[in-house]
Amino acid sequence: MSGKPAIDLKFYLKLFWTTFTLSLFTFGGGFVIVSLMRKKMVDQYGWINDEEMMDFITIAQSSPGPIAVNASLMVGYHLAGIPGALISTLGTILPPMIILTFVSIGYQAVAENTWIKAAFHGMRAVVAAIVLQVTWALFKSLAEKKNILPLVLFAAAFVALFVFKVNIMVVMVAMILLSVVLSIHETKKENMS
Amino acid sequence: MNLLLQLFLSFFQIGLFSIGGGYAAMPLIQAQTVEIHKWLTPLEFADLVTIAEMTPGPIAINSATFVGMRVAGISGVLVATFGNVLPSVIIMLIFAKLYERYSEQTLMKHVLEGVRPTVVAAIFTAGLSLLNLAVGSISALDLFALAVFVAAFLFANSKKITLSPITLLLFGALGGIGWEALGF
Repeated sequence: MSGKPAIDLKFYLKLFWTTFTLSLFTFGGGFVIVSLMRKKMVDQYGWINDEEMMDFITIAQSSPGPIAVNASLMVGYHLAGIPGALISTLGTILPPMIILTFVSIGYQAVAENTWIKAAFHGMRAVVAAIVLQVTWALFKSLAEKKNILPLVLFAAAFVALFVFKVNIMVVMVAMILLSVVLSIHETKKENMS
Repeated sequence: MNLLLQLFLSFFQIGLFSIGGGYAAMPLIQAQTVEIHKWLTPLEFADLVTIAEMTPGPIAINSATFVGMRVAGISGVLVATFGNVLPSVIIMLIFAKLYERYSEQTLMKHVLEGVRPTVVAAIFTAGLSLLNLAVGSISALDLFALAVFVAAFLFANSKKITLSPITLLLFGALGGIGWEALGF
């Protein structure tokens, strides 16, 4: 078992500072921050063991919302209950909140500048490339499974979203309901056999 | 409806439905901020995605702050980010209690598998609209942007050369500035 630290003011400050710095210096999305979190909290501090951390990461990935926020919530709750969850969440969301507040002010001030416009002109094409490359990688992992259902669902969702401009929330709710029904059906089948 | 309440509800929905992490939130942010509420123009949304790529933190939190600030100042920032993390807080606290119970986890896994094709289709759709914004329509094609797009896609997809998104964006920015300096 991992040794849970003593829950005092010093611990709360350390928890806040740890999640704050992890969030501040981590570029490149949820998976990067989660692996750094594991290094710090499992290897360096010994607050939780590796197995628990892996469980938290799995739950964080399969739940709604940003993975980094979900993972720090789980770890904070595990260590120090609801106050721990709130402190680690605050530590995780404060850096982007502070930075983007200033960026938002700055963007409004410089958006009409010729050179800023020129830079965004180039970057917009790059961002489209990054997003479509991510799509391509995700699509390949869908197609890899040699299962026709995900591809049919992909095609149906794409037609609904792109051709018929159906609201994405509507499509998501429909797919969530469908998955729940299929899951219950499958679990029943497993229990019967 | 009250603007702050609207911000809260929009980002609550984004938090609730962004399943699968990372880019899954992007199409939802686009739907809420551009299509439904028109808080951002499509061009500003493309710039927001660019900015979010270059700054730390989840895209949903970045967007909540950026949009909240633009629409209603600091109170907008607080309301939008609070709305965005609230579904996570509620769901995670429920999961933390249930975490020993196997069946909920199986159900979540099935839901995740079930919505993944939709998430990929949604990111694809959003990617196509970003591409359309960047390079224009077939009749008015921006050849510079198209060349940058093709090069960036090939670099991003290359297994031999691994450049981070930030590096690619910096090249894109320099390219854009250079193109402007040449007087095009």
